[in-house]
Amino acid sequence: MERLNRSEFIFKIVSYVLIGAFAVMALYPVIYAFSASISGKLVYESGKVILLPKNINFQVYNLIYEDKAFWISYVNTLFYTVFGTLWSMFVSTIGAYALSKNRLLFKRQFNFLIVFTMWFTAGMIPTYLNYVNMGVANKWGIVFAFGIQAYNIILLRNYFEGVPKEIDEAARIDGVNEFQLLSTIYIPMSKAAMATVTLFYATGRWNGYFWSRILLTNPMELPLQVYMRIRVENYQAMFDDMPIDLPYAADSFIYAILVCSIIPVLIIYPYIQKYFAKGVNLGGVKG
Amino acid sequence: MNIVAKKSSNKLVRYGKVILSDWRLYLLLLPIVLWYALWIYKPMGGLLIAFKNYQPNLGVGGSDFVGFSNFVNLMTGAFADQFWKAFRNTFLISLYGFIFGFPIPIILAIFFSEITSNVYLKFMQTFTYLPHFLSEVTITGLVLTMLYNGAVNTGVIAQFLINANIISDTTKVIQDANYFRPLYLITGIWKEAGYSSIVYFAAVMGISPTLYEAIKVDGGNKLQEIRYVTFPGMAPTLIITVILRIGRMLSVGYERVILLYNANTYETADVLSSFVFRVGLEGGNQALGASAGMFNALIGFALVMGANFISRQVSETSLW
Repeated sequence: MERLNRSEFIFKIVSYVLIGAFAVMALYPVIYAFSASISGKLVYESGKVILLPKNINFQVYNLIYEDKAFWISYVNTLFYTVFGTLWSMFVSTIGAYALSKNRLLFKRQFNFLIVFTMWFTAGMIPTYLNYVNMGVANKWGIVFAFGIQAYNIILLRNYFEGVPKEIDEAARIDGVNEFQLLSTIYIPMSKAAMATVTLFYATGRWNGYFWSRILLTNPMELPLQVYMRIRVENYQAMFDDMPIDLPYAADSFIYAILVCSIIPVLIIYPYIQKYFAKGVNLGGVKG
Repeated sequence: MNIVAKKSSNKLVRYGKVILSDWRLYLLLLPIVLWYALWIYKPMGGLLIAFKNYQPNLGVGGSDFVGFSNFVNLMTGAFADQFWKAFRNTFLISLYGFIFGFPIPIILAIFFSEITSNVYLKFMQTFTYLPHFLSEVTITGLVLTMLYNGAVNTGVIAQFLINANIISDTTKVIQDANYFRPLYLITGIWKEAGYSSIVYFAAVMGISPTLYEAIKVDGGNKLQEIRYVTFPGMAPTLIITVILRIGRMLSVGYERVILLYNANTYETADVLSSFVFRVGLEGGNQALGASAGMFNALIGFALVMGANFISRQVSETSLW
């Protein structure tokens, strides 16, 4: 018995240490990006910034502050995230509610058509041609034509199916109609699932890059991710044309932009974190 | 009017009545049906392009039907070399992901389950899940900058690898085809391993503690507990995730690849989806790209069906 406890004890210590090490690795690039963005040019370029900032100055953030394209893309991304998430949540919530009802005609077939898209889609080229044909290459097109996920619908549907039938029936006897039922009973009872799916949709919108890059041509409509990528691609050339005696390195500029894109995620993340660990398991992977 | 037609029209009338009396429910269903019809199912009709000699000015419908010649062209024509390389790379990246990436979340979940301090657990979960919520552009931006090896702006990780003698000081990791696969895999593990451990963590936590007690009474040590209690307890979850893995064997996403690769690393980096993007979309060979995409999707679909079928036969666990 003594030896046994020791093997468990050792394993526990190992677990604490390795989990801690993995967490440090997960966080390191984020912390480093911030440190590198505010370190001086000389210390950065001589490779002396390893974890914490040295010769701190925030002047690179001034360069971003004065960059009009940055603000345009930032405001655009807020627009895409807010309206996109609202739209996705609206369609998914009411759709999942309808799909959860056994009396729905062709319930099985409708559900199959949603789940099927997790395994087979038309692919990039036909999808692209459809987007171009339908004229979605603009702000509202990006909001309405994107961002609905089968997985999230199933997650909500499963949650709605778990609402006790007695509550549903009692409300119906009181003459409550479908819309009131959804808004006053189902949604309030499914807060964890709603919060989880909102988080998924919002991060999806905030992080969306590919289709915006492909479809949008108007620089006034580009989201932050596209702006960031363009900067990652061209910042070295951009700094070749700048005065040499800047107090920050060219890399600091990129790190600072990356930090600006991470900060909003960091701010909302702890608030919703408690919901999604629970919510993720509710839907499961089953259709 | 014959009986069959009468019957089916009766059915339609009945459906119409049901829908009218319950119109609120069907109104709630309508947006999602329209959305899927317009943006997901309508393009499936556009898959016809793979069988056509596509002319942009004629559209998919107006272009000539050419049978399977796009597929033949894809596999034997001017892009055949790139196509088969992409096919090989897709398979290898998935395979390496399965060997090196797949076990890590499982191991993490077992470690997480050992942590009895709630505060420590919450903090560590928060930290390790975080990279999952960052965008591909952000993480690839970090990777490219931290690994850049230049005259004045050598990134911190490139510097570390040089100092540790893992690479020479002239090696440019992001420009070198030899390093693409490890680069891609490690980036993926860094971003997703913590978050992927959630589902296994739930499985481990669902195992009854009495099973552990029983094996302890029999004199088992911790490793035996893991071998004989933890793994069997996780089996249904493991089977599901293995099916998903096999089903996605040929669907390596394009976004991270096209953000990380460059002309110097196509050799090992180009996967089917990035091939479709580069040749079909950027290169303007839409029909060829669509046939490559369709080829990829059909094999992927067959893999899911096959894995699911086999799993149902041997273990009674399946996706559907």
